[in-house]
Amino acid sequence: MSDLSINPTLTRKILTGFIRSEITRAGFQRAVIGLSGGVDSALSCYLAAEALGPEQVLAVRMPYKTSSSDSWEHAGLVIEELGIQFLDVPITEMADPLIERFPGMSNLRQGNIMARTRMIVLYDQSEAFNGLVVGTGNKTEILLGYSTLYGDSACAINPIGDLYKTQVRQLAGDIGVPAVIVDKAPSADLWAGQTDEDELGFTYAEVDQLLYLLVDHRYRPEDLVEAGFDPAFVAQIIQRVRRNQFKRVLPLIAKLSNRTIGYDFLYLRDWGT
Amino acid sequence: MKIKIALAQINTRLGDPSANLEKHLAYAQQAIQAGTDLLVFPELSLTGYALQDIASAVAHQPQPEDPIFGPLLQASQDIDLVVGFVDEDPRHRFYIAAAYLSGGEVLHVHHKVYLPTYGLFDEGRFFAWGDSVQAFDTRFGRVGIAICEDFWHASPPYILWIDGADILIFTSASPGRGVTQELKLESARWVEQINRAYANLFTSFVVHANRVGYEDGMNFWGGSTIFDPNGDLVVQGPYHEEALVITEIDLNQLHRTRARLPLLRDERTGLMQRMLERVAVANRGKHS
Repeated sequence: MSDLSINPTLTRKILTGFIRSEITRAGFQRAVIGLSGGVDSALSCYLAAEALGPEQVLAVRMPYKTSSSDSWEHAGLVIEELGIQFLDVPITEMADPLIERFPGMSNLRQGNIMARTRMIVLYDQSEAFNGLVVGTGNKTEILLGYSTLYGDSACAINPIGDLYKTQVRQLAGDIGVPAVIVDKAPSADLWAGQTDEDELGFTYAEVDQLLYLLVDHRYRPEDLVEAGFDPAFVAQIIQRVRRNQFKRVLPLIAKLSNRTIGYDFLYLRDWGT
Repeated sequence: MKIKIALAQINTRLGDPSANLEKHLAYAQQAIQAGTDLLVFPELSLTGYALQDIASAVAHQPQPEDPIFGPLLQASQDIDLVVGFVDEDPRHRFYIAAAYLSGGEVLHVHHKVYLPTYGLFDEGRFFAWGDSVQAFDTRFGRVGIAICEDFWHASPPYILWIDGADILIFTSASPGRGVTQELKLESARWVEQINRAYANLFTSFVVHANRVGYEDGMNFWGGSTIFDPNGDLVVQGPYHEEALVITEIDLNQLHRTRARLPLLRDERTGLMQRMLERVAVANRGKHS
């Protein structure tokens, strides 16, 4: 077993500094975060509140009619604990007209519509609250592509995108996220009883061990098998990571000119700041 | 002889030399008021680090008529300065460079000879490779400069040592990485280990200025250090915080350490040279 534990003091220092630096140099002071009641968005809220001050953070709760009441209450705990600003924008009335237009729509399509509806709400609040949308996607889900493109993955900056789910849980526990949130089974909360781990077919603890060696330590597939992972599991995860690369890059631009954005027009976003 | 050295572990504005110049001059004033003899800024301190396509637009020449170097040379009347910048040569090649300014003169310009172009680094894509490693004389004795990846290769510090440098000035913009259960980043631990090792092996002072701040998602960890000829830590700046770190070093320590441990006296440069030539002949076509 690899030890994925991280030093919370150091990690908090780097991540709060990152939030402060990247929001202020873009000309903002505030953050907008979609708060689901899960551990990822809770951690982003804690980090943003520490970095910017609680009054500068707007948590937006956006339940759909099938969302669990636990999620709502857990998000409420975070809001209360941190004293951050909050706003409730239920999305049922926005999402349902589209969902009802196509009877028998799959859960996947419905889930994508919900995620993209929430993105619209958050980016509208970004303008209204004058803050940047702070992301809530962790390294595990980004690598596995377990997210909706232009939905929950949409954000201006993401402080937790280089933390595996295991590490998110550890840091969340250390920073003071209520245990009821840290310890519960992760869920996209798209339908009753859904859990990430049922849907994925493996646990975060298992896949994080594999991803950590594959990505961070550059193990080859045969090295992973030698380290004790099931060959089929190794093959499945490697394929999943590869097939979801499209979610991790900007849209492809067809090159025509001598200087093309993304290929030979290269600048950091912090250019000039 | 004692000298007072300051390490300016600053944050920079990416691609804005004028703004960075103001900060350099402010730090110089502060260091002058503290009676400092030498102030060292990190790698690319006048421009920011991950320049990419900005590189050619922020190049400057270390000359009195240059709008950035004019005021720095003026300031160097009162304090010796090491500054990081993009140097454009007469044939328009762009180098990651560090200049040593003293008494209104440019005593030395070092062009980075090792450009990391792997992992998160992409320097070789945007910059020309320096082609010389040379020590130079200052009012504090002979000094050598190496920039970041330069001192991840043993040869530049070794050459500077053999060329007479008793003070090795290292500058860097080291991206923080490797968060483990330890309070210290792996990248910080690695750099501190090698700096201490050079101080030990070369019985010399190793002065390292590293920047802080963020560029997009990259953090820079600061933690600038000075190690003495015994390999002992003289001073260290805070991690991740902008700071002016000032300390005094006693150059007489060179005498004491080298009396005890004559590694420089016994260094066989002739043997080194012959063996390198032998290996180079044997490896011809394999390495460059």
